[in-house]
Amino acid sequence: MILTPLPHISMPLLMGNSLNAWSEALVGFNPMGLPLGLVILAAIPLVFIALYSLTYGVYGERKISAFMQDRLGPMEVGKWGILQTIADILKLLQKEDIVPTSADKFLFVIGPGVLFVGSFLAYAVLPFSSAFIGASLNVGLFFAIGIVAIEVVGILAAGWGSNNKWSLYGAVRSVAQIVSYEIPAAIALLCGAMMAGTLDMQKITMLQSGSYGFAHFFLFQSPIAWLPFLIYFIASLAEVNRAPFDIPEAESELVAGYFTEYTGMKFAVIFLAEYGSMFMVSAIISIVFLGGWNSPLPDIGSFALNAWTNGPLWGVFWIIMKGFFFIFVQMWLRWTLPRLRVDQLMYLCWKVLTPFAFVSFVLTAIWVIYVP
Amino acid sequence: MSNLTYTLIFYIFAAITVFSAAFVVFSRNVIYSAFALLFTFFGVAALYVFLSADFIAVTQVVVYVGGILVLLLFGVMFTKSIMNTELKSDVLHIIPGTLILAGILSALLYTFYTTHTWKPSEIELHGSIVERIGYETMSHYVLPFEMVSILLLAALIGAAFLARFDKSDNKNL
Repeated sequence: MILTPLPHISMPLLMGNSLNAWSEALVGFNPMGLPLGLVILAAIPLVFIALYSLTYGVYGERKISAFMQDRLGPMEVGKWGILQTIADILKLLQKEDIVPTSADKFLFVIGPGVLFVGSFLAYAVLPFSSAFIGASLNVGLFFAIGIVAIEVVGILAAGWGSNNKWSLYGAVRSVAQIVSYEIPAAIALLCGAMMAGTLDMQKITMLQSGSYGFAHFFLFQSPIAWLPFLIYFIASLAEVNRAPFDIPEAESELVAGYFTEYTGMKFAVIFLAEYGSMFMVSAIISIVFLGGWNSPLPDIGSFALNAWTNGPLWGVFWIIMKGFFFIFVQMWLRWTLPRLRVDQLMYLCWKVLTPFAFVSFVLTAIWVIYVP
Repeated sequence: MSNLTYTLIFYIFAAITVFSAAFVVFSRNVIYSAFALLFTFFGVAALYVFLSADFIAVTQVVVYVGGILVLLLFGVMFTKSIMNTELKSDVLHIIPGTLILAGILSALLYTFYTTHTWKPSEIELHGSIVERIGYETMSHYVLPFEMVSILLLAALIGAAFLARFDKSDNKNL
């Protein structure tokens, strides 16, 4: 992989199409000696999370849940209620910011911040297109798995700081769940990393490109890859506290879990963090198993469908569409499956997912070594 | 990025590490100490990045923040009357303490000043460090690696044994 060196004064608008060209150009963008380009680079995923969770996340969740339950969902604000989320945000902004008297003020305030930073940090290594990745680390995948740990600390800070037994219960449940499910999730992703032979997200994606489109994706490259794919999908649901693993916020028993006491913008930040993590795990699963920014369309003879639908801008489109597909599946499952009990949750993690993850690990190793 | 920017970022992370570590030691609230440890671990991970040991940096976050810090926080939170306990942070044994401090400090300074010329390794590192670590663990260091895994397995079995729900104990309740 050869990176084409770019002149350091090149403006972001004149960016080329070679690998990581846009992000390299942004890093080089230093007007008046200030590393403004780096700030813009970090702000792009932030704006993306905010926009997507405002426009598609919350609205999609409400509409999908409504259709699943044979309702219409929000219909009043704008056509089909499209502007409902913006109205909600305006309402949240105006709300009084309440800090309970007996809460631990400091932890209560920094909790949502740490939580959001934790869910946002992994975006640094997600390749959004062949030309754009925040930081092309050679340990990218490992970083994305590991950095979730910061989110865990944020949840504990929020739960403890609220000084409410429901919050603390929710936080403890959530952390126990995230820490346990990290193990099958990490082993399942390791299977994908083994097939690629690298931990660099951009390289993993590039290894899955080719003129046959989806046939080059790791999911379709080996019959075993389906097992880690499913294991990671189930474990990622637990990691982002989505149903059927939403026992941390089990509203029938714990009010709302670790964010019971939060109001106004702090509540919105926690929500943003949840939608941020939802897209993050969806993007990771699509990068490792479904080719990331590669087009799934195959070339049919001289009809070069794959070549037409590949490129930096198409890459952005494909990875976001793949991410949204998995977010849709997450929402679909949320409104379909009942919640698990705590003991069932631990049973599923330790006695079902972890052994199967190990089996798929060994089988993938054998496949990678013996099948060319 | 210019050298100045790097230096500036380095000092920011160094300051985060040192000040949060000081907060861990001097804070009278155990919970705050435990949470301040997050910033210490994170700062140390950032310093590893400056030494271009990015694999170790991520491992630092995974092991210390994801494992040890969470364990610590759980331990602290599940301890009874944690908020009422007065932490004892008086200064005791001044003379032995000063002697140990002076000894360690002079040893460190001695090592620092006698080895001030850095000894670069003979093999220059090219490309990704992750593959090198993988090869070395599976070839040169396979015996220590296996021994560590057996040790960890023994610890796991021991933990599972200790945490096991004992039926005979239950009758006495």
